[in-house]
Amino acid sequence: MSKKVLMQGNEAVVEGAIAAGMRFYAGYPITPSTEIAEQSSVRLPQVGGTFIQMEDEISSMAAVIGAAVTGAKAMTATSGPGFSLKQENIGYACITEIPCVIVDVQRSGPSTGLPTSPSQGDVMQARWGTHGDHPVIAISPASVSECYFLAIRCFNLSEKYRTPVILLMDEIVGHLREGVEIPDHLDIEVVDRRLHTDKGHMPYEADEKGVPGWHLCGIGRYNITGLSHDVSGFPTNSNEVTDKLVRRLMGKIQNNADDIIEVQEEYLDDAETVVLCYGGTTRAAMSAVLEARAAGYKVGMFRPITVWPFPEKRLKEISSGKKVKRIIVAEHNFGQIVLEAERIVKNDCKIDFIGKVDGTVITPGEILEKIKEAE
Amino acid sequence: MAKMELRLTGSGGQGVILATIILAEAALSGGKNAVQSQSYGPEARGGMCKAEVIVSDEQIWFTKVQKPTFLLALTQDSLEKYSKGLDRDCLVMADSSLDLPESLKGMKVLQVPILETARDVVGKSFTANIVAVAAINSALCLVPFEVLKESVMHRIPKGTEAINLKALEEGAKLVRS
Repeated sequence: MSKKVLMQGNEAVVEGAIAAGMRFYAGYPITPSTEIAEQSSVRLPQVGGTFIQMEDEISSMAAVIGAAVTGAKAMTATSGPGFSLKQENIGYACITEIPCVIVDVQRSGPSTGLPTSPSQGDVMQARWGTHGDHPVIAISPASVSECYFLAIRCFNLSEKYRTPVILLMDEIVGHLREGVEIPDHLDIEVVDRRLHTDKGHMPYEADEKGVPGWHLCGIGRYNITGLSHDVSGFPTNSNEVTDKLVRRLMGKIQNNADDIIEVQEEYLDDAETVVLCYGGTTRAAMSAVLEARAAGYKVGMFRPITVWPFPEKRLKEISSGKKVKRIIVAEHNFGQIVLEAERIVKNDCKIDFIGKVDGTVITPGEILEKIKEAE
Repeated sequence: MAKMELRLTGSGGQGVILATIILAEAALSGGKNAVQSQSYGPEARGGMCKAEVIVSDEQIWFTKVQKPTFLLALTQDSLEKYSKGLDRDCLVMADSSLDLPESLKGMKVLQVPILETARDVVGKSFTANIVAVAAINSALCLVPFEVLKESVMHRIPKGTEAINLKALEEGAKLVRS
């Protein structure tokens, strides 16, 4: 391990992405994600990669998909307004099963909102932003170090499951600078898409995990379409084939949820109150939990690192446990993950909510106050 | 070492964000934990700018300054806005050109000619942030001068080493450690 260096969350994403094999970036800069484009424009040429500033976010997403088809590991980064524009092409990458990474450094919305202020208002957009039933993986870092390692994880999952993966950041972590230890590249596990090697395979013939092998670009011909298609890749109107396709697309994520989902749990053993948080909010939550513990409160923290698919099974285990009386959901929006928590927890225990939409950060004091409230 | 929460304020373009990056990096090189963050408006220049560093021996969870132990103000607006509600033991460093508001009565205030030193002694107004970094380091005894110098050299544009070194040396003279 090298020594600790001061790095910004956005910069760490680029370093992690390059370590994972990113060699193509296309984007249109937008606060608070701009440093990802800046850093990529400096770093990619150094490693033989390509950086393109496109004319907008729609074309950026299209360029990333095109690069990924040729075999490159490709990424784009944006914030809420640009994330909205990328949605149609994200859906295209979902159905054509083209691996790529989309970073969304969330800022206050709706629309252009408060460009430099933190928010977590895109959580449901990350899940349902593109139309139709589609699989989604979204991962949310809480530190600069995690920006690095989770960027690698995003690429690995996108390659493994041939699906777009969203690195769902927020301004709190994207613009944060702190010490990070960058490991030797040899110590990093890098996953590459599984290639179809023998000639007999059809382009969309899936393995037991539900993931098709990858046909190398330039060897033979195959069709890629956003239309419903059969294993050959050509469009079909068949209801049966379509049903099979959508079920496989959803299933390859749902059925492998245990491999995809990561959570962080702190002090849950005897916790009566659990703070549920994710992304940058974790920093305030952890601070509040430690302070409350010191004051004798039996409180713990549950944090989905993988936000989508949501760690449903684990949250249910926690909420249905005898000790837990209350879950406090803290997020920088009007209530998005709290809906997911309510759906899963049902009547197991009480759910309280702390939501902020004014562009300021939820403080440990605000969470602590909620923890101390009489049940 | 007690946890230090530094808040540097001024106008966009004065370089207070870079100043906090340099201080955070120096603290990290000095073996401490440090986090740095900022808030600013959508403007490229002008507008109020606030940048923060937390330095501690312990792990730092919450990343924003809650109770500043140190405040720097380079503009009248920022001094008036951020001097409200400070703890009694917070050290305030205000540029000498500023009028001290009522709220600072009885507080520990250092009036330091940061802008003037940059403009007239170093000869370039844009070095005010580096003058400030050195003055802050002296006032807070954060890291040895050499460690600070290394952080400055790492973060400034190539070709500006000599003038920034001068700013650093002049800044260090403004406050006695």
